[in-house]
Order: sequence, then structure tokens, then C-alpha cells
Amino acid sequence: MSEKTIAGKTINLTDEGYLEDSSQWSKEVATEMAKEEGIELTEKHFEVLEFLRKEDAAGAALSIRKVGKSGIVDIKQLYQLFPGGPLKFSSKFAGIGKPTSCV
Amino acid sequence: MSNTEQKPLDKVLLICAKGNLEDVLATLVMANGAVMEGIETKVFFTFFGLDGILTKRMDKLHTVTVGNPAMRMPGDLPFPTLLGALPFVEAGVSSMMRSQIDDLDIPVPSEFLEMITAGGGEIFACKLAVDMFKLKKEDFHDEVKDIITIGEFYEMATGQNTQIIFT
Repeated sequence: MSEKTIAGKTINLTDEGYLEDSSQWSKEVATEMAKEEGIELTEKHFEVLEFLRKEDAAGAALSIRKVGKSGIVDIKQLYQLFPGGPLKFSSKFAGIGKPTSCV
Repeated sequence: MSNTEQKPLDKVLLICAKGNLEDVLATLVMANGAVMEGIETKVFFTFFGLDGILTKRMDKLHTVTVGNPAMRMPGDLPFPTLLGALPFVEAGVSSMMRSQIDDLDIPVPSEFLEMITAGGGEIFACKLAVDMFKLKKEDFHDEVKDIITIGEFYEMATGQNTQIIFT
């Protein structure tokens, strides 16, 4: 666990860079985290992030399949939005835990 | 001198040679998992494994009920091989297995192929097996990229951090 200043706020991160506390999340934090991975967040990205946060808060196990059926993006678009880690990166930028699903 | 540098995988090539539900799914879960991790992924289906990508058969695959010592009946009782050989038992077990898999939000093979290719993974059928079973390109799911030889598949195994996995 470590502390890091992101977008002017002190954020607690896990060793793998996920937010310890989902309530520390803000759009500015997400934008800055995404920049570090070379991804510029757009409105579409935020729609996905909001969906993940909502599902996660409801206790759902997340998978790319579920995001693909959300009506926001299909799986191909999800890969385009978050290249190299559709679920990993989106979960990280959404301020929720590391995904535990195998699909 | 020891090399302690941890290098992530760049590419995986998976080979599936069996056509039962669990072996095909194992291959697809590993392939999809690799794509999701940003690893370049290629899958080669051969011999009975071709059932996993044949449009007609892929979503109706069966579980092995004979000669499968890991198989259990409800209540953790052993599952006798002779029972598995009775008519309809294999079909019943297979449909039960498919519904349990569905409960876990694991897609059927056709949907799995779409997920893998959506992320840039590639699916191939083995030319030798295709010729042997007298199949044609149109018998396969649309996401099957090509029918190739094992030599052509090996040619794709370039790069330092590449692994070939036979399931």
C-alpha cells in the first residue's frame, strides 16, 4: 500500500495501483491515472467508468462480457478505449478494486 | 550471474486438440484471459478440437462421462464409468455442466470466439485435420481467421517472451 498525490489529493493505492478507497475517486483522479498509462479519457470512457462504479457498488463481479452487454460499448469498443487491459485499466481508472473474474 | 528481471509475456500460442466441453473451454478461457492482459494471442484448433470452432457443433459440446475419474455425482459420490455409458447420461450431464458454466457468466464457445477476436486475438484451424475430416472454411465460425499448417503456426511464434501452450 502506498500514498500518492493525484490531481492535488492524497490517494491511498494498493501495490498494483488500484484505489484502496473507492470514495477517494473523482473524475480528475481518473483523468490523471489514465494519462500515466497514455490514455486520454473521453465522455465515452467516463460512461464506462460510471457503469463499473455502479455495478461494483451493487456488489456485482465484473467481466468484459458484462460491460459488453451494458449498452454503452461493445467488447471491441471497450478494447479500443482501454488498449492492453480492457477490464484492468477501466477498473483502475474507475477507482474500484482489481478485477477478480477470469472472463 | 543471475537474471532476476521479470519480463511479462508478449505472446501466447494455444493449441487445442480435444473436442469436449471442458478442454475447449480451458483453451478459450486462457486465450481470452491472455487477450485481456494485453498479450498477443493465437489459437490453433486441431483434430477433435475442431469441434470447438465448427458452427454446427461448437455450442453443443459434451462433457466426458466415461473414463473420467475426476467426475463426481451430486453428493461427491464417485461416478461409475458404466453409468456414463448409458444412453442419455452423457447428454444430461453435459447440459447440467453447460448450465452451471452459464451461471458463472462464462460465455458459450461462439461468444468466446467473438470476445477473443474483438480484442485482437486470432483463431486458426489445422489444415491436416480439416482435410482429414473433409471440412471446408464455411463450416467454421466466422471468427476463424484461416486454415493453416502447423508449420505456419510455428512461424508465428516469434519474439522473446512467447509461449506455446498445449491444452
